[in-house]
Amino acid sequence: MKPFHYHQPTTLDEAISLLEEHGPDARLIAGGTDLLVQMRRGEVEPSHLVSLKSVPGLDSTTYDTKQGLAIGALVTIAQLERSQTVRIAFPHLHRAASLLGGTQTRHLATTGGNLCNASPAAETAPPLLVSEAEVEVAGSQGVRTFSLREFFRGPGSTSLERTEILTRILVPPPPARARSLYLEHSPRKYMDIAVVAVAVLLVVDGEECTDARIALGAVAPVPIRTAGAENLLKGKGITPELAAEAARIAASDCSPISDLRASAEYRRRMVQVLTRRAILRLWTQEANGV
Amino acid sequence: MFESQVTFLVNGERHTLTVDNRRTLLDVLREELGLTGTKRSCRTGECGTCTVLMDGVPVNSCLVLAVSVQGAEITTIEGLADGGQLNLIQEAFVESGAIQCGYCTPGLILTTAALLRDNPSPTEEEIRRAIAGNLCRCTGYVKIVEAILRASERGGEQ
Repeated sequence: MKPFHYHQPTTLDEAISLLEEHGPDARLIAGGTDLLVQMRRGEVEPSHLVSLKSVPGLDSTTYDTKQGLAIGALVTIAQLERSQTVRIAFPHLHRAASLLGGTQTRHLATTGGNLCNASPAAETAPPLLVSEAEVEVAGSQGVRTFSLREFFRGPGSTSLERTEILTRILVPPPPARARSLYLEHSPRKYMDIAVVAVAVLLVVDGEECTDARIALGAVAPVPIRTAGAENLLKGKGITPELAAEAARIAASDCSPISDLRASAEYRRRMVQVLTRRAILRLWTQEANGV
Repeated sequence: MFESQVTFLVNGERHTLTVDNRRTLLDVLREELGLTGTKRSCRTGECGTCTVLMDGVPVNSCLVLAVSVQGAEITTIEGLADGGQLNLIQEAFVESGAIQCGYCTPGLILTTAALLRDNPSPTEEEIRRAIAGNLCRCTGYVKIVEAILRASERGGEQ
């Protein structure tokens, strides 16, 4: 590993100034569970690390019935998992957090880091996408907020400017009568990276599915929503045939690659299986979250 | 400057060190402080042999920069036994035959200590999930899970 300067700014402005001053030689560090591994492999060689650990105000989770959930970027995955509010109102997010890494990793890894590392398999992305999350970002031009759908640009790449810092993830309150779940498929039960991840949120009013949101992880360059499958379900009563057709559309709308964990064909097939399973489980209320 | 000074507690003792920014907490515990009970193996946060408690929670010390632990309280395996007296979890591991080569053991015991503090009567599934980040190549985990159940029956963490 190349030698580096280590900075511990105590304000957000100081952190932004450091990023401006050092440009492409600087990287932000939060939990370090992805970054340090990448640095050890020589994939990235910053000569300046800017730690966010001492910047106040980034590590709490708040919930308001009107505004929804605000997750500080430095909230660890373990804290997210332990949050009762998240478990009750966003069970799909709770489930995803509980599947990230192992106990030790979850106590270091942060929600902001999981998004900014921008792995196509980022566990928190599919649940946050179906919950219509936004990201709040601070930079030298001020603060801006935009949809998580605009956040991911490619594997390892986000739409953050070099001198911008993700500060909070803002999640609107779930719609009334919303049900959600997250399914992940991987070779091992724990401590593994998803081969396919599916998050589904349905709003069910009597015999009708009034809203359907489906997000997929690990099967495209970025975590994605699947409008084709969603539109098929909206305004309808969900039959097994309809669920199967939505699953087929989701499978054809993703673009998985073959890698050491799975082939593209297998991933596509598993998207179909898990999407159909998730839709039907939620429709018949067999499970919420899992 | 490629070095920083950092002050932190390890097993209740305060240490102030100046270290290269690249050094991990694992490196510093083993080399500067001579606490070799914490092991080094994968260096990528996947095997758990480097597990320590940092401010009470289990973390992979191979993924923690030493210069980032200012003010933190670290507990290593050396911090558990009281003089020559093994703590309750250590005894349960010995009695259950949960130790073969012993390389995974320090990390497992610390993970267990945190588990039983937070969940004094875990189910087997909860145990297996909690220790998923501690790999063992010798035992096949059966005796380890038995040891943890035994420890929880006897009154949990220390």
